Amino acid sequence: MPEAQVKMNVREAGEKASIIDVEGDLTAFAEAVLMDAYNQASDGQVRAIILNFEGLEYMNSSGIGLLVTLLIRINREKQRLLTYGLSDHYRSIFQITRLDDAIAIHDSEEEAVRAANSA
Amino acid sequence: MTEKTPQDETREKQKREPRDAAYWASYAETLKVAGVAEGATNINVEGRRAVGPLQGFGKLWQKTYRVSLKGAETTPVDVIKTWKENYQEFWPEGNRFYAPLAGITPGEVALISGSLPGGVKLSTGVMVLYADDESFSLMTPEGHPFSGWITFSSFEEEGTTVAQAQVLMRANDPIYEMGLRMGGHKMEDEIWQKTLENLAAHFGVDEPVETNVVCVDPKLQWSQYRNVWHNAGIRSAIYTFTGPLRWRRKGSAR
Repeated sequence: MPEAQVKMNVREAGEKASIIDVEGDLTAFAEAVLMDAYNQASDGQVRAIILNFEGLEYMNSSGIGLLVTLLIRINREKQRLLTYGLSDHYRSIFQITRLDDAIAIHDSEEEAVRAANSA
Repeated sequence: MTEKTPQDETREKQKREPRDAAYWASYAETLKVAGVAEGATNINVEGRRAVGPLQGFGKLWQKTYRVSLKGAETTPVDVIKTWKENYQEFWPEGNRFYAPLAGITPGEVALISGSLPGGVKLSTGVMVLYADDESFSLMTPEGHPFSGWITFSSFEEEGTTVAQAQVLMRANDPIYEMGLRMGGHKMEDEIWQKTLENLAAHFGVDEPVETNVVCVDPKLQWSQYRNVWHNAGIRSAIYTFTGPLRWRRKGSAR
């Protein structure tokens, strides 16, 4: 399989949340990178994972599928999944695939971090 | 002249047309069928919402079927082009896929006629959620046996072209969930295994189809039990059984 064209950086965002910065392409080939980033992000007492999509350059339907499986895993750990940095195009894709029913979409990092640490 | 801040750069980047823009369907509240082919029935698709793996009732499954096209001189682009153009031909007998007039292109809706036990015809459909040169995905409407999408893709692996169908789905309602447990999963596996066998045969390949089934979420989503209202199987059965009545009404109206 081709190599993943994506980089993910994990940062802390308060005591209860971690941010994963997604940069590049979200396709089936990004699975290992995304799951590694999640494992790194959910260390300790983290109750919320925030995906930063400001650097998202390309996403296909397999990429959306990865987000579904990540969401299920996060729910199983009784954590929450939030996002910010989605362009209008990717917001529309969240709407079509109805991911916006289950994943909170925020306009900025500040807003997402506040929401993640408030509950 | 003022210098650009990182925020300005992010905003500019987001405003540019994304590389995948042409591949996704546009958002529409409900599905619209552009044309109904002869023999197709549009009773469970028009006006329904498309539903994903998060909206269904049953356990969430990821099923992957793949075949290696060993020895075939073809590329992933050729495979997907062929698959899009001959989708119906690769489907096993007993099911009919009425391809949209515009072909498998993002946002188009195809009608499907399947068979249920007892000779009842299941009328349903799918929306083309995503389509590029090396993959395409179909998303189901409310009332379809499952809620989710199927992604057909092709790629190179160790110098060989591979064709793959991956289903991410939940049964749409409690009745379908029961049906899947009572042989429905096996039937579904056979459909996609046969489809891949037929696709491989088209390229002159006779290789086994690998199947990998993962239960992603064993929980039932009881909040979605009302989906049964849209059950296309029940509605198709009612439509079939009331056929003579409609025919008589039409006759007396003339």
